Amino acid sequence: MTKRYLILTGILLTLSAGILFGCSAQPTAWTDAEVEILQSLWIGSLPGLPTDPSNQYGDNPQAAALGEKLFFDTRFSSNGEVACATCHDPEKNFQDGLPRAQGVGTTNRRAMPIAGTAYSPWMFWDGRKDSQWAQALGPLESAVEHGGTRTQYVKLIGANYKDEYEAVFGALPDFSDASRFPEPAAPVSDEAAAANWEAMTAEDREAVTRVYVNMGKAIAAYERTIMPGESRFDQYVESVLANDGATADTILSDDEIAGLKLFIGAANCTRCHNGALFTDNDFHNTGVPVIENLPEDTGRALGAQQALADEFNCLSVYSDAAPEDCSELKFMLTEGEALERAYKPPSLRDVAQRAPYMHAGQFTTLQGVLSHYNEAPAAPMGHTELELLHLSEVQLNQIIAFLETLSSIK
Amino acid sequence: MNSQTKTIVITTVVTVIVLVAGFILLMPVFGPRFMHPIMSQFMDGNSPSSVTASDLDTSAERLTNNGAFKVSFKSELDPITLGSMHSWVLHVETADGQPVEGATILVDGGMPEHGHGLPTAPQVTQDLGNGDYLVEGLKFQMGGWWEVKFNITADGTEDNVTFNLIVGG
Repeated sequence: MTKRYLILTGILLTLSAGILFGCSAQPTAWTDAEVEILQSLWIGSLPGLPTDPSNQYGDNPQAAALGEKLFFDTRFSSNGEVACATCHDPEKNFQDGLPRAQGVGTTNRRAMPIAGTAYSPWMFWDGRKDSQWAQALGPLESAVEHGGTRTQYVKLIGANYKDEYEAVFGALPDFSDASRFPEPAAPVSDEAAAANWEAMTAEDREAVTRVYVNMGKAIAAYERTIMPGESRFDQYVESVLANDGATADTILSDDEIAGLKLFIGAANCTRCHNGALFTDNDFHNTGVPVIENLPEDTGRALGAQQALADEFNCLSVYSDAAPEDCSELKFMLTEGEALERAYKPPSLRDVAQRAPYMHAGQFTTLQGVLSHYNEAPAAPMGHTELELLHLSEVQLNQIIAFLETLSSIK
Repeated sequence: MNSQTKTIVITTVVTVIVLVAGFILLMPVFGPRFMHPIMSQFMDGNSPSSVTASDLDTSAERLTNNGAFKVSFKSELDPITLGSMHSWVLHVETADGQPVEGATILVDGGMPEHGHGLPTAPQVTQDLGNGDYLVEGLKFQMGGWWEVKFNITADGTEDNVTFNLIVGG
C-alpha cells in the first residue's frame, strides 16, 4: 500500500514540477497588441527625418559642415573655452554626465542629449524653443553657458568662416566698424551689452541678428544628422517581427525580456516614453524633487510663455516657415496646472550611459529613477502624473536590465 | 488507511497546493513572461493591449447630450497616429438633419483614466459652410482612451458632445 502512495506522490510532484517548468520553458509569448507596441518602439519604425520648415538650410550639407565646425569651436564664448561640444560631448552621447551643465558658469538644468531631437517640436526640458536652430542660439548668449554676445560672434564668423558662410548664406555684412558694432552687444541681461545693443541702429541690429540666426541654422543642420544607433532591443524586435522566437530569445536575456514586458505593461512607461525614440515630446509632471538653493523652476508653465515670446520662434521674422507650418506653436497649450513643473521626457535610447537623470540631475542612478517612479511621491508643485506601481525590487531591476538594451551598438 | 499512508497523502496534497499557490502568488515577481498563454488570456486586464473601457461608444457620429445637434467628425489622419499634429472636419446638423452654420464651437478633452487633458489647445479655425467646421491642432501623444469634447452654441442653443477615441500605440 505504502509503495502505491509513494508512486502517487511521485506522480503528483512530477506533475506540479511539470506545471512550473513547463510554463517557464514556453518561448516568450507576445500578444498581437504587444507586438504592435514593440514594433512602434523599434528604430526601424522611425519615419524619415522631418523637414524643418523654419530652417531652409536644414538639409544643406555645406551648412551642416559649417555648423559642425561652429559646434566644436570654443572661440564662440566669453572666455574662449566653451563650445556647444563642452556640454554636448560626442564621446558621451552629446551630454556631459554632470547634474547641471558647466559653461562659463553653472546652469540650473542638466544638459540634454541631442540624438533624434530633429523629431521633436520642442527643445529644452521646458520646450522654451521650438526648433533646433532657435535652441542653439540660447546657450550662446546665456551668461552661464557661452557667455558671449551675437555681435562678438558675427565678427568671429567674418574673421574665421567668411568663405564658408558666404557659400551658404550669401554676402556677409562688414561688421568692422567698432563704433557701429561695439562689443559686447546683444539683447541680454548684462547691462553693458544691453546698453551697447540699444545704442545701435535698428538696421545694424537686424544685420547682426540675421547672421546670428544663420549660425543657429548651420548648427541645426549639423545637429539634424545626430541620430541614435541600433540597439540590442532593436535586433530583438526584428527577430520577433520575423516570427523567429528562437533567435529573439538569444538576443535578450530572460530578465531583459521580463523588463521589456513590464516597460510596455504594468510599469506604464510607454505612456510618456513611446515611439521609436522612446519619448512623446510632450511635458509631464512626475513629481521630481526640488533641489535646494536653485531658483524656483515651474518647467513647462514658464517654458510655454517663453516659446510664445521667443524672438526666434516659428512665427518670427527669422523663421523660414509659413504661419500654417507653425501649428505646434499656434495650438500650444499655454496655461493650466498640467504645465506646472512639467518637463519633456528625453529619449531613452542610450539612457544607461547618461547618468545622472532628470532635469537637474536629481537621481544619480537608474535605480534611483525607478524607485521614484515606483513610489510616486507627491509633486513639490502641481500634480504628479505617476501612480503607485507596487513593483518588486526584482521587477525594477528587470526594467533597468531592459533599459540597458537600448544602448547603441558601437 | 493507516496513519503513515494518511501522512503521505496529506503531505503530497499540501506540497502540490503550496507549489501551485506559490507559483501563482509569485507570478507578479516572475513577470507575465512565465505565464502560460492560456493563463495570460485571463490576465488580459493587465495587458497593455486591453481597452479598459471596452464597451465605449467610439462612433464618429453622435447626438449632443440634450439632443440639440447631430455631430460627426472626419479626421485628416485615419487611423490617428500617436504624436501627430492633425486636423478634423466637424459636421454639425440639427437633430432633423439641417446643417448648422455660424456656430461657436469650443474644444476640450483628455484621458479620463489618467486624469489629464489634451496636450494641445485645438481650435475651430474655419467655418467651411454647410455645417462643416475645421478643427486644427489636435494631437494625441499617449496610447489609450481619449475623449474629445465640443461645446456647440448656435442660434441661442448650447449643447455638448463627447467623442471617444482609442488611439493605438
